[in-house]
Amino acid sequence: MSKIVVENLKYKYPATDFLALDGISFSAKAGEFIGIIGKNGSGKSTLCQAIAGLVPNFYKGSYGGKVMVDDIEVKNVDISDLCEKVGTVFQNPFNQVTGSKLTVYEEISFGLENLGIPKEEMIQRIDEAMELLDITKYKDRNPFDLSGGQMQRMAIASIIAMQPEVIVLDEPTSQLDPQGREEVYQAVQKLSKKGITIFMVEHNMEKIASYSDRVLIIDDGKQIAYDTPQKIFSRDDLDEYGIEAPAFTKICRELGKKNPVTGCYPVTLEEANDLLKKDKGEM
Amino acid sequence: MDNNKILEMKALHFSYTEGDEILKGLDFVIDERSTAIIGQNGAGKTTFVKLLKGLLRPTSGSIHFEGNDIANMTVAQLAKHIGMVFQNPNDQIFKNRVIDEVMFGPLKIGMAESVAKQKADEALELVGLKDLAEKNPYDLGLSSRKLVAIASIIAMDTKVIIFDEPTIAQDYHGKELIKSVIRKLRFEGKTVITIIHDMDFVADTFERAIVFAKGNILLDGTTRDVFAKEDILKEAYLEQPNVTKLCQSLGYDEVFLTTEEFITYQKAKAK
Ligand SMILES: Nc1ncnc2c1ncn2[C@@H]1O[C@H](COP(=O)(O)OP(=O)(O)OP(=O)(O)O)[C@@H](O)[C@H]1O
Ligand SMILES: Nc1ncnc2c1ncn2[C@@H]1O[C@H](COP(=O)(O)OP(=O)(O)OP(=O)(O)O)[C@@H](O)[C@H]1O
Ligand SMILES: [Mg+2]
Ligand SMILES: [Mg+2]
Repeated sequence: MSKIVVENLKYKYPATDFLALDGISFSAKAGEFIGIIGKNGSGKSTLCQAIAGLVPNFYKGSYGGKVMVDDIEVKNVDISDLCEKVGTVFQNPFNQVTGSKLTVYEEISFGLENLGIPKEEMIQRIDEAMELLDITKYKDRNPFDLSGGQMQRMAIASIIAMQPEVIVLDEPTSQLDPQGREEVYQAVQKLSKKGITIFMVEHNMEKIASYSDRVLIIDDGKQIAYDTPQKIFSRDDLDEYGIEAPAFTKICRELGKKNPVTGCYPVTLEEANDLLKKDKGEM
Repeated sequence: MDNNKILEMKALHFSYTEGDEILKGLDFVIDERSTAIIGQNGAGKTTFVKLLKGLLRPTSGSIHFEGNDIANMTVAQLAKHIGMVFQNPNDQIFKNRVIDEVMFGPLKIGMAESVAKQKADEALELVGLKDLAEKNPYDLGLSSRKLVAIASIIAMDTKVIIFDEPTIAQDYHGKELIKSVIRKLRFEGKTVITIIHDMDFVADTFERAIVFAKGNILLDGTTRDVFAKEDILKEAYLEQPNVTKLCQSLGYDEVFLTTEEFITYQKAKAK
């Protein structure tokens, strides 16, 4: 049973003359971790907005096809009703801050207040989310006095605390330090193991490769491929779509090392290590 | 060599609020090498470069630009020598036309209109945004807006150029473009300081890396030396570049910084 089904989705922003999304069709099961990749302007954020219902209900424009979350057709429900089910971490954390809240704590509780959750549970969820993103010590700080990465952590914590069934993350770790980024990926993977469906937009292909169950390539609004990371990054035409394979894949491709079982190039450090270490031993 | 001291920090301390010190006595020199500043979220990187621009002033200690204490210079005077691309482009951009935005800085530091126009055109060309000159920056996506912010600073033609997280939102092509911009600026004799969390980018692009941790400098050296120190990097919430990690797990003693380096090495060995 699919959690999300996207069928021949087409979309044009108002006052533009091109399709930002042009015939996207895929489905994802509950708990799947889906990576979305493609060059700047290819339509990744627009697709995120379409899953969250902001396209078309907030942005308007012309829309065709459909997006289903369970048995709900996204364009037929209020954005505010859908956000209980689908949470979004926007591309630019600087835009996510409401600006109306005085502290980090209030900022994170903002989304929860509208959900009608008992006070006690609210407090517990906020504390957990802040702990997870390592920002507990800033809870009384004004959000605008945080560093860039701390602000991004707050944006992620706000969504995680709401415990939606689907989480859409649009380049959520672009300003995190390397270990913080890894921790966020592990935390998100844990959520997906609990059954939460994840959509992750990311330009860091090593992370996409090691965490995604399936990867969607978009180019110029069109769906190019939807497959496992191994299959995706073994393609010969990634250049055309402005995508660089993970460092491990590039190395193994140049050295002609495919995984004999799958016929694909390795995409993670562990896979590459297993294939290459035999070589080193022979030298 | 004295002329290599572009910027010198002497016992530099800074706090936003009393009792919570962000920079805890930095003593170091920025020279002509292209330099990456790396470190944990909240380590004080953005704070440090705001001090270089005079946007914040030290709680104690001093910063010297080409030998002069910048305490004696106004923000406007400093702007002629030190340009900075903000982490958040929204903090920087406020004009309604890309070309006006990019010309604003050059005009502000006293360039003639015609020179400013020429510098702005060149900068937009360099970052590949020539066709967007007439657009409204607010209609652009984050990646293009960041490039507008970069062009605006390059057009000012300052001796020192600071990039705070230049690769945010950039795709593969955008990152390669920014690498080439940094190399070009370095070649032209500019001093380029870049704050960045992308270790592969650092390994490929910079001569020197400085690791900030909790208001101190934990490591400072050539990129290769810094990325050899796995344990210290961990302590600073950093990682080695991907290829460095792989080669380490394969048991190589050499420190490889780029995939090309490792591939070349392997191919040579196979012969
Ligand atoms: N609000 C808007 N109005 C009009 N056009 C828009 C709007 N937002 C995005 N677009 C256009 O739609 C296309 C897809 O943009 P989108 O932001 O979805 O790309 P993206 O893949 O997320 O890019 P990036 O990697 O830069 O974030 C682009 O051509 C963009 O200029
Ligand atoms: N205006 C402010 N008032 C009080 N504290 C601040 C202010 N701005 C930043 N801070 C704090 O100072 C510390 C250093 O912040 P800074 O922005 O320099 O970090 P950074 O190293 O640039 O981090 P990042 O990698 O997340 O951008 C952080 O803990 C931050 O919360
Ligand atoms: Mg986007
Ligand atoms: Mg910063």
